[in-house]
Amino acid sequence: MESVIKTAFPFIVFSIAILLAFQGVLMIVAYTVLAERKVLGWIQGRIGPNRVGPWGVLQPFADLLKFIFKEDLVPDKSTKFVYFLAPIVALTCALLPIVVYPFGPVITTIDWSFLPYGLGDNIRQLPMTIAQIDVGVLFVLGITSVGVYGIALAGWSSNNKYSLMGGLRSSAQMISYELAMGASVIGVVMLAGTLDLNGIINAQINSPFKWFIIPQFIGFIVFLISAFAETNRVPFDLPEAETELVAGFHTEYSALKFALFFMAEYVNMFTVSVMVTVLFLGGWYVPGLGHLLEPGSVPYALVSHVAFIGKICAFLFLYIWIRGTLPRFRFDQLMNFGWKFLLPLALANVILTIIIVFFLNR
Amino acid sequence: MEPSLASYLALSGILFTIGAVGVIFKRNAIGMFMCIELMLNAVNLTFVAFSRYYADVTGQLFVFMVMSVAAAEAAVGLGIIISFFRNRVSVDVDDASILKN
Amino acid sequence: MATTALFFVFAGLAIACAISMVYHKNPLYSAISLIGVFVSLSVLYVTLAAPFIAAVQILIYAGAIMVLVVFVIMLLNMEEDKPLNRLRYLYAIGGGLGLILLVQTFFVFYAVMRAPKQAVNTEETIGKTMSIGTAMYTEYLLPVEIVGILLLMAIIGGVILVRKLSQPQMESMVERELERRHEGEDKDDYRIAL
Repeated sequence: MESVIKTAFPFIVFSIAILLAFQGVLMIVAYTVLAERKVLGWIQGRIGPNRVGPWGVLQPFADLLKFIFKEDLVPDKSTKFVYFLAPIVALTCALLPIVVYPFGPVITTIDWSFLPYGLGDNIRQLPMTIAQIDVGVLFVLGITSVGVYGIALAGWSSNNKYSLMGGLRSSAQMISYELAMGASVIGVVMLAGTLDLNGIINAQINSPFKWFIIPQFIGFIVFLISAFAETNRVPFDLPEAETELVAGFHTEYSALKFALFFMAEYVNMFTVSVMVTVLFLGGWYVPGLGHLLEPGSVPYALVSHVAFIGKICAFLFLYIWIRGTLPRFRFDQLMNFGWKFLLPLALANVILTIIIVFFLNR
Repeated sequence: MEPSLASYLALSGILFTIGAVGVIFKRNAIGMFMCIELMLNAVNLTFVAFSRYYADVTGQLFVFMVMSVAAAEAAVGLGIIISFFRNRVSVDVDDASILKN
Repeated sequence: MATTALFFVFAGLAIACAISMVYHKNPLYSAISLIGVFVSLSVLYVTLAAPFIAAVQILIYAGAIMVLVVFVIMLLNMEEDKPLNRLRYLYAIGGGLGLILLVQTFFVFYAVMRAPKQAVNTEETIGKTMSIGTAMYTEYLLPVEIVGILLLMAIIGGVILVRKLSQPQMESMVERELERRHEGEDKDDYRIAL
């Protein structure tokens, strides 16, 4: 009995951690959708949804119920297997990076000896990350780049020319802007000397002037712009331009399958906001908090965690704000901008950073 | 307990053979291209397995080289396939027989 | 224990996806199966304590090369392979050759395993980004540079291959090229040669 519990213990702990993290992220995503509708309403001089619950706070659940009970239409001549696979791929690839997010600092002050069977003997610290891997940045970039398949396959399998055009546009756009995105991260990685997300945050703590937004301002701008393109948001929402392509790759998707795409888009927004926060804004670090609370204690971790979520929400608000204010690019403008402006700028930033790091380390 | 080096090598051999047989069977240029990628991956697995069991980082470095070469191959190979498709409206390698006779 | 379980699950998945890739006539299904192989191999690299290679595998193979392949398949809108009616017996010969290759591969690996060099217990640093980076930019600097040049050549080659030229443009380009190369010589001969 004891050995069984000892073997199962890590699995149970990780299952709980994964459940908590995924549930939390999905709640944030659900309320991002509501916030988007509210904020867009205010920007456009409307009220926004306010019927379901007080101030419309139960609107996401009403939407979910609606998605579940709608009729699920499948186009007659679609490639069925691929048609069902595409939304699954899109949402899975959007959700997977959650396992490496550094949600907060390591908690070191809890005494774990109260656990039965000596389970707590070897636990020295409680990291607020599910999987601490050495190559966090590469992992996130890789998994998000696999997300392209969801959109491309959806466009192809729908057997509809608008969907195909939307899927092709989207893959071309995501491949192009991935390059600029990857190149803009290299500067940060060079300054931090690690690909580990926790390591990158640790390189930025102790002072807000150490945040990489200051030495890497060009990288920050490039990353932010390519992040908008990666997530197919305004002003780069060519794949779903309503006026030209009906709705792009998800024209033929209805009910829960459409909901999966919809969620994937907002989870991707969340991912990109996490990456901006971690890479350029010091992640969970709050300036001066180390003087008020003891680092490693539970309150310190909780306040840091709230600050982390707050920084992410600021970026999510930026997304919505830009959607309310900017018009859409034309496709050739988009491609020219990505290849002829953003990519050279990111590469110039890399070379500049190499020179500076070289002279600093002499 | 960890799987032994031999099991990784066996898997690599099986994947390599499937890739080689695929190159023989397929006549679609893109299909053949994908089978070649599979063979390269089988070799990569061997490199990483040896690198693990002999504690030598060289194997992983060569995996990196193989990946770069595969990327270069993808760029040029797909370029050739597209220009071939423009001329012949087909990607069947049997149609690439203009140098015959 | 967990590593062994992971190995058998993902080794089986890799083989199944590889067979399905060869089996399917539709290029897009083959491509999806191949992506499955790449992802399973990436998990196997993690069980081999090579997280960097695993991440790069996803990033380069699944995220870049196969996206390009899927893109080309969608763009060209290929139909399925026609069944090969003549030369049916060649399938059997191909399968036989594959079997021979498999036996040969196993034989080579068997010989390698019997080599005197003993497997050592690994240190944890192998496979970490730092050790790979250090080796890459010290001991293996020249191969890395050569690979860089190769990639540059591939970029240029890819752009030139798929560049679309109208017929007059092509002719005038050939004309100019010939004049530049062989001024004063008889041009017609070279045009035939080209």
